[in-house]
Amino acid sequence: MTHSFRLIASFTLCLICASTSYAVETPDEMLPNPILEAKAQSLGQQLRCLVCQNETIEDSSAPLARDLRHIVRQQLQQGHSPAEIKRWMTQHYGEFIHLKPSFSGVTIFLWLTPLLSLTLAYLLARPLWRRPAHIAEPLSEKEKLRLHNLIKKN
Amino acid sequence: MTLNRRHLLTLLPLIGATGLGLGFARMLQGLTTGRFDPHAINNPLTHYAVPHFAPLSGLTSSSTPQDLSIPGFSYEELTTANQPILLNIWASWCLPCVEELPFLTNLAHRHTLPGAPPLTLWGMAYKDTPANAERILQRYGQPFQRLGIDDDGTTAIEWGVTGVPESFLILPGGRIVWHTSSSLTEDLYQTELLPLLHSAS
Repeated sequence: MTHSFRLIASFTLCLICASTSYAVETPDEMLPNPILEAKAQSLGQQLRCLVCQNETIEDSSAPLARDLRHIVRQQLQQGHSPAEIKRWMTQHYGEFIHLKPSFSGVTIFLWLTPLLSLTLAYLLARPLWRRPAHIAEPLSEKEKLRLHNLIKKN
Repeated sequence: MTLNRRHLLTLLPLIGATGLGLGFARMLQGLTTGRFDPHAINNPLTHYAVPHFAPLSGLTSSSTPQDLSIPGFSYEELTTANQPILLNIWASWCLPCVEELPFLTNLAHRHTLPGAPPLTLWGMAYKDTPANAERILQRYGQPFQRLGIDDDGTTAIEWGVTGVPESFLILPGGRIVWHTSSSLTEDLYQTELLPLLHSAS
């Protein structure tokens, strides 16, 4: 029952979010420095809203996304680099916060699965392609004789 | 010989489909019992130490209309406790959390009975006010020995909370050994939490 509640709540949220391209709702959320604000937006576009789960924190209207947008901007103003902020986010929310997961030991299967499944499909299909066309066995002496007789009869 | 191999190959999709079907059935069963949550998020703190956080104030008779008083807690108090703590992060405005309260109250009572492994429940009210927390606790059950009010949600961010309710099991010494990002159910308690508590005591 609680799951359906969460599902409905996040679905509704996502519907609400879908109607706006940017959820930075009030102008005072934005940084006065346009360079920092651009950095914050590009960083926010790479981070997953953990409530809607398939939206960026920049797009989502969920309260948690708003808090995280605030943290991104706060840390940028304190002089942290985008890489440092990403590391902070990973420490707090795990790899899942990245919409594009990094290539590491943990995510290697995620990245290689398409390649692995294509290879497997190729290996499975290869015997079918490689099977030689059916070549008829040459006639035996007995068959040759029989054929010869049949032709002669006509 | 080739005929046999062909038969095996035609069986392959059937075996695959059966496997998938069994997997889906297991997932559906897990969904109903609470063991499987497709939206669950693995908290990176699990198996690591409790994060540092600023002390949280509790409920005091001056902050609550009906004089319910529960002490808050600090990082030091949480990490130096001498028995396992189930930290439940909830909110009075969150329906699944309120639904969970009677079960938590029952759980807290169960662990006071002789023979049960020791466990105390601490709560953290996420983006909540003392008055609202008090009202809900008095109506639906009060399982918490400590209750911290995280009024602006910053402490929950330190803990990597993504949506209430969430629960953490913390062993003496301040190590988080278990986490769930969904409601605690009898099934989850029996299959995951209780074995951990038995091995800890």
